Amino acid sequence: MVNALIRLAEASNQESISFEPFVFWICGSLAVIGAIGMLISHKAVHSALWVALTMMNLAVLYVVQSAPFLGVTQVVVYTGAVMMLFLFVLMIVGVDASDSLVETIKGQRRIGILAGVILVSALVLLLGNSFSIQSAQLSDADSIYGGNVQGIAALLFGKYVLIFELTSALLITAALGAMILAHKERTSPRKTQANMAKELFASGNYQGPLPSPGVYARHNSVDTPALLPDGSVSEISIPGPIVARGVTKKINQSDLNEVQIISEGLGLVSSEEDDKQ
Amino acid sequence: MIAAIIALPALSAAILLSLGNRTNKFGPWLAIGASTGSFLIGFWQFLQMLSRPEEERAVVTTVYEWLAVPAAGFKVNFALQLDQLSISFVLLITFVGTLIHIYSLGYMSHDENPRRFFAYLNLFVAAMLLLVLADNYLLLYVGWEGVGLASYLLIGFWQHKPSAAVAAKKAFVANRVGDFGLSLAIMTMFIVLGSVSFSDVNEGIKGAPAWVSLTLGLLLLLAACGKSAQFPLQSWLLDAMEGPTPVSALIHAATMVTAGVYLIVRSASIFNASEIAQTAVVVVGTISLLMGAVIAAAKDDIKKSLAGSTMSQIGYMILAAGLGPIGYVFAILHLITHGFFKAVMFLGAGSVMHATNDNVDMRRYGGLPKVMIFTTITFFIGYLAIIGIPPFAGFYSKDHIIEAALSHSWWAGAAVLFGAGLTAFYMTRIVVMTFVSKPRWEDDVHPHESPLSMTLPMIVLAIGATSIGIILTQNHIFEHWLEPVTGFVEPEPPFSIQTITIITLSVVAIGVLAAIWQYRKVAKVAPKNVSFVVTAARKDLYGDVMNEALLMRPGQATTKFLNIFDKSVVDGFVNGLGALTTGISARLRRSETGYVRSYAMSIVVGTAILVIALLIVRL
Amino acid sequence: MNPNAYLVLSGIIFSIGALGVLLRRNAIVAFMSVELMLNAANLAFVTGARVWGKLDGQAAAFFVMVVAAAEVVIGLAIIITIFRTRNSASVDEASLLRW
Repeated sequence: MVNALIRLAEASNQESISFEPFVFWICGSLAVIGAIGMLISHKAVHSALWVALTMMNLAVLYVVQSAPFLGVTQVVVYTGAVMMLFLFVLMIVGVDASDSLVETIKGQRRIGILAGVILVSALVLLLGNSFSIQSAQLSDADSIYGGNVQGIAALLFGKYVLIFELTSALLITAALGAMILAHKERTSPRKTQANMAKELFASGNYQGPLPSPGVYARHNSVDTPALLPDGSVSEISIPGPIVARGVTKKINQSDLNEVQIISEGLGLVSSEEDDKQ
Repeated sequence: MIAAIIALPALSAAILLSLGNRTNKFGPWLAIGASTGSFLIGFWQFLQMLSRPEEERAVVTTVYEWLAVPAAGFKVNFALQLDQLSISFVLLITFVGTLIHIYSLGYMSHDENPRRFFAYLNLFVAAMLLLVLADNYLLLYVGWEGVGLASYLLIGFWQHKPSAAVAAKKAFVANRVGDFGLSLAIMTMFIVLGSVSFSDVNEGIKGAPAWVSLTLGLLLLLAACGKSAQFPLQSWLLDAMEGPTPVSALIHAATMVTAGVYLIVRSASIFNASEIAQTAVVVVGTISLLMGAVIAAAKDDIKKSLAGSTMSQIGYMILAAGLGPIGYVFAILHLITHGFFKAVMFLGAGSVMHATNDNVDMRRYGGLPKVMIFTTITFFIGYLAIIGIPPFAGFYSKDHIIEAALSHSWWAGAAVLFGAGLTAFYMTRIVVMTFVSKPRWEDDVHPHESPLSMTLPMIVLAIGATSIGIILTQNHIFEHWLEPVTGFVEPEPPFSIQTITIITLSVVAIGVLAAIWQYRKVAKVAPKNVSFVVTAARKDLYGDVMNEALLMRPGQATTKFLNIFDKSVVDGFVNGLGALTTGISARLRRSETGYVRSYAMSIVVGTAILVIALLIVRL
Repeated sequence: MNPNAYLVLSGIIFSIGALGVLLRRNAIVAFMSVELMLNAANLAFVTGARVWGKLDGQAAAFFVMVVAAAEVVIGLAIIITIFRTRNSASVDEASLLRW
């Protein structure tokens, strides 16, 4: 694949080859669409995917412009590493109100769009005729060291070696900084299982499995309280919200009769005694 | 040795003030010792001076070089000049001062803190001695301010009384006005004559233009007016009676208030050179002597009445000093006799107050000779001396002043004669109301004679008041004694001396008889329906009203205006700047919303502007 | 092919990225927008390298990628830290640093 890219790049250096405009228009449009998509997506995850699209297309444009090394790096570093990092963080942070597109700062959107439009038009006007010369032959520069990657390597380890070293220091520092920032200091000793059990029972609540709703009842929907063998209602069998809403089903005589019948059937209570009562 | 005269009381004052309550026990005795020592050294110096021939009597001792600015040619030594004039003052100050120290021992015995009182008295004596012993105006100025300070401290000695505190402040402020005159005079001397020492000024003034002597004369007169309570700066003296009575006797009768007379006599050469200045001095003296006498005749407060009398008597001295060489000697002579008889009368008044629970209202006195015979007799001697009955001291000094005034001009002569009559009237009034008339005491008052420490100084001073005039004028001793310093010209009055004496004594007799007739019966409460002259005199001839209208009100108005100006315009400007800044910031800070996106917005807008600018440049 | 077309494309993507920073409240999306802007810059670098016939532009783009990677690491760590304390990834929530 890399060889194919290099070949593509070499081919693009030939003035005669005319597929570059096609590539530019297709990839350029996709890049702009990706950027706009990022801007207007409701969900951050979608934004991230739109950005990935833009970056991929930019990578293609790099390659087309005789920068195969940068194109590959773009794919690896941005689409591969950076965007994945974004997605990881999105997983941690989750979805919240910040995804809403309703503007809260007064005038921000109006002025922002106005400034954006002015900036775009000014940049287009400015950059539209910045280069008076047509593109030179980059292949000459590449061929001195025997290729694009070798050429960049020669620059990085020759002319720009100091900057290179500095960026490496920057990366190390950034890695350390991220570690320290994301690190959460433990302020209390780790809880053991015994601790947790003690905590659980110290509250004094019922800790056994809760009776499921509708036990011994005609319905098994969640709003039907379970009945205990003596016919009384088990309060803990109903989920809290239903109790709070006050929509608990009432227990009527037929339910109780049913309970008795079932009990008799199981031989738990003698029917005669019940009748007397 | 001369310096020791000043150093003794100064040292004592320093010890008493710096060591504080630890010196309470022996403090008064130390003060009396210092004062006595000062007197003894002064007397010894006096004897030595007598033993020298006349030309060598004046000596100048340079203690050390005090101030020197070589670049400006300014050099002042801490030098003391002991001549006939200053030794006269030294003896008066230390003698009367010592007696009043002793008197205070009894008078202040019930006070909370006599030690502080004695410290201030010593401070005063030291400053006054420095004033009269200085050989230049700048050193004199130090003493001048020193006595002002001591006067302030002693008037306000009972500072818990608001009236005393106010009176002290008033005295200080009024004195400051005069002090300005003196300091301006000293500066003028240095600028014009290049020196501030007496000898250099005396020499320099001869060749100086007329305006110099006129300016200096008027400035020195202003200084004298402030210190000696002469018109128009007289208002503080009556209030100064808020201080303890020994203070009134020593500072506000015998010594400090006469510093103005000393200053004028000491600056004789300046005044001799300017007739206008001399006339101004005579006019001020005349006005003050009449004003003081009128005030003294209307006051029911014995001390204030005596204070008015002091003002009047100093008016005599100032007048005499303004007459030129014919008057200087008599001004000093009257100053010395006055120091004796006025001190004895003030001490007598203090003794009476001591006996009547510090009551000062003469309308509640009367019938005192039976219970306090020493006080009565000594006061009566002072009375005879001040109204000028021969052979008591006042007769000689005042008679000579009248002669000199008559030989100067008819109006000055008439004024002093009228003043003599007024003096007789008000002094008789005091004596009648205080001693002779029937008792009108408050219910719980039981008058008694004062202790020996109080009567003894009175007796000594009374002896002085009796004899000092006759001693000093015998064979013109005093004229010859002072002549080398002040010069002397025999007055040539238009009438014979015997005629003048007879006229004077008749005027005095009229005054005495008028007062006896007027006060044959004394009411316990001051009558209300009185002539406008009495009303005015009771209000110090509207001196305070005048000061208030001319100085205080405009000053307060200016202060008020400046205060409002400061608060509204100046503060308004400053606060306005502050409010502007806070207002702008309060609005600007609203732009700091804390929203990252707002900040990003400003960055993007800025970028857009930059790009547009770039575009314009490129186009 | 006129290289100015690439520059115009890069300008458009850059502006859309800027708009994303301005308009999206989710910190992660805002971050993506920043990445987008960096990529637009990279495209301009690559185009420049091609026009001038030199590899320096590509090297610069490489450095931009490295720095962007470092920035993403730190930025996401910060977002997680903020999320832990405020339970929200909204950039508007963290607005305490104001008047």
